[in-house]
Amino acid sequence: MSWITKTFTSSIGRKIIMSLSGLFLCTFLVVHLIGNLQLFKHDGGAAFNTYSHFMGTNPIIRTIEWGLVLGFGFHIYEALMLTRRNKAARGSQGYVSNHSEQNSEWTSRNMGILGTIILIFLLVHLYNFFWRARFAGDIPKMGGADPLTRDYDNLYMAVVDSFHIWWYVLLYVAAQISLGYHLWHGFRSGFQTLGLNHRKYTPAIKYIGYAFAVLVSAGFASMPLYFFLFTNAQGELAANAPAVLQSVAAAF
Amino acid sequence: MAGSNPNAKPMNLTLKVWRQPNRQAQGKIVDYQVKDISPDMSFLEMLDVLNEDLLRGGQDPVAFDHDCREGICGSCDLFINGRSHGPEKGTTTCQLHMRKFSDGDTITIEPWRASSFPVNKDLSVDRSAFDRIIQAGGYVSVNTGGAPDGNEIPIPKEISDRAFEAATCIGCGACVAACKNASAMLFVSAKVSQLALLPQGQVERKTRVENMVAQMDKEGFGACTNIGSCAAECPVGISLENIAILNREFLAAKASSNNLA
Repeated sequence: MSWITKTFTSSIGRKIIMSLSGLFLCTFLVVHLIGNLQLFKHDGGAAFNTYSHFMGTNPIIRTIEWGLVLGFGFHIYEALMLTRRNKAARGSQGYVSNHSEQNSEWTSRNMGILGTIILIFLLVHLYNFFWRARFAGDIPKMGGADPLTRDYDNLYMAVVDSFHIWWYVLLYVAAQISLGYHLWHGFRSGFQTLGLNHRKYTPAIKYIGYAFAVLVSAGFASMPLYFFLFTNAQGELAANAPAVLQSVAAAF
Repeated sequence: MAGSNPNAKPMNLTLKVWRQPNRQAQGKIVDYQVKDISPDMSFLEMLDVLNEDLLRGGQDPVAFDHDCREGICGSCDLFINGRSHGPEKGTTTCQLHMRKFSDGDTITIEPWRASSFPVNKDLSVDRSAFDRIIQAGGYVSVNTGGAPDGNEIPIPKEISDRAFEAATCIGCGACVAACKNASAMLFVSAKVSQLALLPQGQVERKTRVENMVAQMDKEGFGACTNIGSCAAECPVGISLENIAILNREFLAAKASSNNLA
């Protein structure tokens, strides 16, 4: 084995890949969340569909997309490799009595379970939007008078339809709670693994990580909940929606 | 008895002890009753009482590791009520006193659980994996002379304090026992950062971390997932900062050492 393979198949090397891919996926979450906020723009999906069309066709985005595939691939692969090693390290006879809740956080000890829930969600999510738009081609077009946008896929309506199915909303929200807990540990853990621990910055990284976990998961979860609870089948604000939402929507 | 509490009442306890005749045999939890335990006894003295009872009854005493019984040698290693060295923070098993328990308590006592720490017998485990990690690089092979020569090498107080903090690791293995992944990284990181901080450790700085991590992996210890159980259970308070130092020492060594293999 060369020194490079030796480095990245060692326990610390695998963790470094885990950390780099994880922090890269955090940047993806930010982009994805900000893009999706256009769902809240009550314009019949014009902005969201234009954005989706750009993300699905722009050659630069399509190239970076492969980086994302690799990011997820490495993160999942290394998780499997490390979990296998770590299970073997404990041995066949575990503790009869183990009170790890007294020395560590639940979320830190259950990253694998949280990650698996996120992965199941990811597969459903990719099938529902990405696969249908990119490969199946069964998403209706926007139509309308504008020659620029009438041939765009109406992904906005696909989102609105999905977000009116109760079990999909439930899966979505459960996955976002898992993601929140995953990031709660994962964000600061990524820095620690890279050796970025300093008494001046580590406390800040920890609290930024907590804020990041809450903002990202709550931001994503707000979308299915909003459409399920407060909009009609066309994604328009329902008449019985709270007055504060009516006035916010009117302000835009 | 000096320092004893005259009002302390003796305790009766139920012990659930892991019994395993040898390395290959299947072990099991066996229940024992111990009576009239003084709250001033250490946990190991309580086990001595149990063993005297067992010997008097013609039974095999419980094997457990111990040596100095004053918290500095790192020999004692019991997993008590689901915690490394028991419920008290910053304490080895020998310095844990029975006053931390109450009359009528049931106490579960198990050995460290790690495939790299095979059980010799009952509660005694083989921790020679740690010795082999130290042999792989946890030393300074340049002649640093005697104490006067040592004082010739100027080391800033801050650096020597940090190195000393890392050097307090007694190698008991509580970190491995507490870790969900049975990872030895807190132990290895304490040794690596101690020597990486000092001028005497510079000569072998890169090969040391490369070889010690390779040996750690070879022994079958798990990989750290930054849970923090190790530092929380460490009897001498080795901090997680050392693992971050280990990670960057390792990465820097791999990127810049002359070792191509």
